[in-house]
Amino acid sequence: MAIELNGKSYETDEEGYLLNLGEWNEEVAAYLAQQEGVNMTEQHWEVITFLRDYYNEFQIAPAVRVLTKAIGKKLGPEKGNSQYLYELFPYGPAKQACKIAGLPKPTGCV
Amino acid sequence: MLHIINKSPYDRPALDSALQTGEGGILFTEDGVYAIAKGGAAEAKIKAAQGKFKFYALSADVDARGLTDRVMEGISVVDYGGFVDLVAEYKTNQSWL
Amino acid sequence: MTTKKFMFVNRKAPYGTIYAWEALEVVLIAAAFEQDVSLAFLDDGVFQLKKGHQTKDIGVKAFEKTWGALEDYDVTKLYVAQESLAERGLTADDLAIPVEVLSRAEIGKKMEEQDVLLSF
Repeated sequence: MAIELNGKSYETDEEGYLLNLGEWNEEVAAYLAQQEGVNMTEQHWEVITFLRDYYNEFQIAPAVRVLTKAIGKKLGPEKGNSQYLYELFPYGPAKQACKIAGLPKPTGCV
Repeated sequence: MLHIINKSPYDRPALDSALQTGEGGILFTEDGVYAIAKGGAAEAKIKAAQGKFKFYALSADVDARGLTDRVMEGISVVDYGGFVDLVAEYKTNQSWL
Repeated sequence: MTTKKFMFVNRKAPYGTIYAWEALEVVLIAAAFEQDVSLAFLDDGVFQLKKGHQTKDIGVKAFEKTWGALEDYDVTKLYVAQESLAERGLTADDLAIPVEVLSRAEIGKKMEEQDVLLSF
């Protein structure tokens, strides 16, 4: 499968996750968000950036419990809770946010 | 003959088998490269055989396993191009799979 | 959810086979389900923890970075066999993360305490 966007083609798996992390950019992120029905705000981008940094550092997409804890550590307890993250990404913060961030589906996410 | 060994010397006796065949070249690839680490169990065997064999290790596999700064003396570290040259240089080659 | 004691017994070198990476993935899954997870490294498995992996030229992910995430997953019980390190000319200083170095016999005791042993 592939996404065609402004003359560029992005390969995805059958669930719509980008196959090539290196191809990610804000334009394709905005497109993926739109497909997920997520209206991207500054708070959304903050989580996306966090996830991409996490992946660069540890080479895995964190499970939701781990994401919540790690965000709490970095961005403060008011953001490091599942209620906040589910408000931003109602269909599962790890799953949806990882897709928008161009990461693979998190390990341990079923 | 060029011997190609891709299994850890701690796991399989391929190095011993190769050394018993006489002389030539031994190229370590993949997990085989653990043989050339300083302080390891294969160090003495390789030192003892350096008169009869030339020893080589593939750089990509040495680097991947964090052994870049632990390569013992007398080992030539070669890249993929060097691998091809070795295969061409020796008349035959035996992969100890 | 009932918590069980899971120990992953790692005995293979990284990269040459897929076992080591698969083990790490299952570790992360078990930990995500909040199980009591520990890891034991014996024989060539100790090579997984060696620091300084540069895997660019073999085109696979380096393990070293992902070990750092274990703490986020509350996986802190890492046991390494002293005998296996010594046979390979390694010490705890050669490893990418802090671990507990134990004798094989001591690791055997830890294995006896588990509900489930998973061997890789």
